[in-house]
Amino acid sequence: MFTSLQTLIETSDSRHLPLHEIVLQAEVDSSGRSREAVLADMRHRLQTMRASVEKGLSSPVQTLSGLSKGNAYKLWGSLKNTPSPLTGSWLSRAIARAMAVGEVNAGMGCIVATPTAGSAGVLPAVLFTLQEAHRLSDEQLVQALFTAGGIGMVIVNRAHVSGAAGGCQAETGSASAMAAGAAVELLGGSPVQSAHAVALALTNQLGLICDPVAGLVEVPCILRNAGAVAQCFTAADLAMAGIESPIPADEVIDAMERVGGRMDERFRETAQGGLAATPTGRALAQAIWKKTRGEEEHEI
Amino acid sequence: MVGPSSSHTAGAVRLGQVARSIFGEKPAEVLIELHGSFAETGRGHGTDRALVAGLLGLEPSDERIPDSFNLAREAGLKFTFQDADLGENQHPNTVRFTLTSSNQRMEITGASIGGGMIAITRLDGFPVNLTAEFETLLIVSEDRPGTINAVTGKLLEDHINVAFFNVARDQRGGQAIMIVETDQAVPDALVDYFQKLDWVHAVRKIARLKE
Repeated sequence: MFTSLQTLIETSDSRHLPLHEIVLQAEVDSSGRSREAVLADMRHRLQTMRASVEKGLSSPVQTLSGLSKGNAYKLWGSLKNTPSPLTGSWLSRAIARAMAVGEVNAGMGCIVATPTAGSAGVLPAVLFTLQEAHRLSDEQLVQALFTAGGIGMVIVNRAHVSGAAGGCQAETGSASAMAAGAAVELLGGSPVQSAHAVALALTNQLGLICDPVAGLVEVPCILRNAGAVAQCFTAADLAMAGIESPIPADEVIDAMERVGGRMDERFRETAQGGLAATPTGRALAQAIWKKTRGEEEHEI
Repeated sequence: MVGPSSSHTAGAVRLGQVARSIFGEKPAEVLIELHGSFAETGRGHGTDRALVAGLLGLEPSDERIPDSFNLAREAGLKFTFQDADLGENQHPNTVRFTLTSSNQRMEITGASIGGGMIAITRLDGFPVNLTAEFETLLIVSEDRPGTINAVTGKLLEDHINVAFFNVARDQRGGQAIMIVETDQAVPDALVDYFQKLDWVHAVRKIARLKE
């Protein structure tokens, strides 16, 4: 449906409607469902996102492999005693939220894939932190989800969003870009500024490989969600200051597609390269598989 | 959806759901053969629990998915997992279900092709392509002239628009399989109508997958 951000911006300009409204109307048209039904679905997704953040912050989440042990809970607790973390009060809280969702995901909890399960922490972390910082309503966050969805659709149509196809740049990179574009709109920026934020966020994550230890969506995926939030905030702040990406967003997305296509298979979710292939990464994998295979013997 | 992976968890639940709808009843026993990445990393991703959850009819967002093995026991569904090499040309995330009940046995092969999307690729040896992205009608029949016309004619009467239509057969005059993907759901009365035609062996209605 949306194949370029440029078209999305032009449609928004010519119809004098914000990005989120263009995406919502397109969804209503293509699905044949009512506006109210489409909105209700998105409100439900926002609630699922909120529940996943709260679950990961309120208690240490147990993941399947045990590689991550309630790090979000730990960080959230430590922030209470850290008056001025280096990442600042908002980014530090957003990082904790992103990791919370990542851990809930790794523990087979309920999340919203934005755009994938492995990168599901970024968008909720950004939205709920913006809500806290700027006293936004839930309805504004729901609108932001449509904007993020429209950006995600452009990326899906021009490139990839799965680590197996395009590396981590395609997963957390895309999540970060979707969140950056939506954040700029929430902060009162123009559609053009949103597109610059998308371009800037992706620019800083081009080439990022997908190298999950033991092939699990856990290490380094959860940490990369935290990193992607930082890239999102950086891009949104730059775009809001009027700084433009010299390369248009659509071309940055195309570059990501070409980089992903040329990425060695070892760096595309096969657990054969990067951190997964380090001596410690391999040892962890062996220990985990021994454990899960052992459990399986007495199933059936 | 429930984590941790859209292809290894959500896609796996959907494969189980669709296999169950194609089988048309609760199976008593299922052999689940895992191929490629499903075999290698599927257990860590909860693919095994997700497949069983789908066979039980749970949705990808159901928080009981991690507990599906126990739910299966309570429901009287026996399952066995095996690693299998289903051939070089198979998608890395492929599973083959062999479902049995007191009155039938069926082999269903499908793949999780990314982002939670799936494709059923083989039904009892027939190569097919069924994605459940639309309302789907599956008709197994005799291979004889006029069957396609009879089906599409009846759909026209009910104002049901065909989005995609696919037909395959094992040999001339043997068995044919029609996969009709429609924009509107096919009413149960129409399913019964097709079922009663003397040249039709079996009819299944597969609901469009929810998000």
